Amino acid sequence: MNPYNYLYVSALLFTIGAVGVVVRRNAIVVFMCVELMLNAANLTLVTFSRINGTLDGQVVAFFTMVVAACEVVVGLAIIVTIYRSRRSASVDDASLLKR
Amino acid sequence: MTFTAPVLNYAQLAPMLIVLGGALIGVLIEAFGPRASRHASQLFITVASLVAAFAALVRVRNQSSVDAAMGSVGFDGAGVLLQGTILIIALLSVFLIADQENFTALAAAVPGSSEERESLQLDLRVTEVYPLTLFAVAGMLLFPVSTDLITLFVALEMLSLPLYLMAGLSRRRRLMSQESALKYFLLGAFSSAFLLFGVAYLYGYSNSVTFAGIQASITGGSGNDVFLLLGIAFISVGLLFKVGAVPFHAWSPDVYQGAPTAITGFMAAATKVAAFGAILRIFYVAFANAEWQWKPALVLIAIVTMVFGSVVAITQRDVKRMLAYSSIAHAGFLLAGVIALSKSGLDASIFYLFAYGIATVGAFGVVTLVRDSAGEVTDLNRWSGLGKRSPLVASVFAFFLLAFAGIPLTSGFIGKFSIFSAAYETGSTAILIAGVLSSAIAAFFYIRVIVLMFFKDPVEDGTSVVIPSALTTTTIAVTSLITLILGIFPAPLINFIESSAFFIR
Repeated sequence: MNPYNYLYVSALLFTIGAVGVVVRRNAIVVFMCVELMLNAANLTLVTFSRINGTLDGQVVAFFTMVVAACEVVVGLAIIVTIYRSRRSASVDDASLLKR
Repeated sequence: MTFTAPVLNYAQLAPMLIVLGGALIGVLIEAFGPRASRHASQLFITVASLVAAFAALVRVRNQSSVDAAMGSVGFDGAGVLLQGTILIIALLSVFLIADQENFTALAAAVPGSSEERESLQLDLRVTEVYPLTLFAVAGMLLFPVSTDLITLFVALEMLSLPLYLMAGLSRRRRLMSQESALKYFLLGAFSSAFLLFGVAYLYGYSNSVTFAGIQASITGGSGNDVFLLLGIAFISVGLLFKVGAVPFHAWSPDVYQGAPTAITGFMAAATKVAAFGAILRIFYVAFANAEWQWKPALVLIAIVTMVFGSVVAITQRDVKRMLAYSSIAHAGFLLAGVIALSKSGLDASIFYLFAYGIATVGAFGVVTLVRDSAGEVTDLNRWSGLGKRSPLVASVFAFFLLAFAGIPLTSGFIGKFSIFSAAYETGSTAILIAGVLSSAIAAFFYIRVIVLMFFKDPVEDGTSVVIPSALTTTTIAVTSLITLILGIFPAPLINFIESSAFFIR
């Protein structure tokens, strides 16, 4: 099968994620969309690794997984704190700083 | 299959390793140290590891190699200068952070809960901010010296993740502070996903993750140009977000305003140095031969950033938001140094970063001093007449504002002059015109604040200037002194930068 098709799939996933970040209002869902974007990047890396015939892309994908896990820890901590203070995880409610 | 053990040059990696070690000791103190002595021991560990890291850096300043860590870390003159700048800024910011008046007693307590009241009564102190600062500093040290895309991405996350948390630690207006942490986190994660996508395409283009490999592919011209363009575009989005260039600036006014002021100062100064260090290295080393692919777009972004930052700053009524927009304008000026793509552009950028970073820490240090019974006062209207009430503090702040505006006898003038002359030498006339015009606009709002402080009557609403602690005084004194000395007598530093700033390829 033509490996370039995976590039189209991952570009599509990345776009879905990016659009989701922009249009969704719940902080958890926004965060899930960011994770989708990271995984789309991972798929691109692995595909290029296959096309180019080197392992570097797969190594980057492993690093990305670890970094994404760290990001989940920090991100959920922040979102849970916000939820406990406001009883809401909507990014629209958090608007004290808007002028 | 044979496995070769990696060869690391520990002497050149020592500054980063010392800072990371200090951070880990800080985590252990947080877990096992007695609460009464925790603040003092954390402060000691933090200051000691920053000073030790600086000493380690001075020891290896004349070395340069691409093999500090198997081609992932490039150790060279520009890297040393940027790392030294970051360490000095971090040390001065830690002195501001040590004044715990602006930090929450217990970050996990819900605002307004009995838990929070109890923590305030017990006079608890937020000591986890010290290890977080050190982790962020370690990431910042790695960011400008990383010479492959993996290290670039990991360093970016290493410096960002602690900063997201630190933005939410404010003692007063906690909802605002937590909101700024949320915004910073969501937009930061969004932009790092873009950076990673760019990494993937650059790997696809060049079949290599090192800057040297990408440069070789661009020179050879064998790869698919679509991948190269996508890669440069996405990576630029990720990096320009960190420096707050328009149109990726939306986070910076909110985060600057919501975060505790000491953290804002640290973030504004040190992140900018680290991120511009990385931008300079990747554009000067990896993308230099693909100039025509990125230069037009970057010129446009630089011009829009300068003009937008300066114009919008005029309408701000909050001193921290005004400084945020001013930092956006400065990001535009610094991009002029990236676009110059010459030795003089590199020298000017490094000088500008040092001068701007020092002045920023000092300016935010002054902002922490103006308070009323409910905490810091950042509303500009309530700053009116500050010069009559406490002439010294107002004069120091006015001096920093003049440095930002680029008035002669301050470091800002030398910085702006050298960066614009570098832009002129390389023929970027549009940048030069936009830069000078937006500097003039920017001077207007800086001087408006000075007029407000010195020529308006004070308002009687309890706003006062507190007596600074010894450490805060040190920071403000040192930063204003450096700003003055660099304005009057910049030659030694300029010569030092000229003789040692270069990127190893």
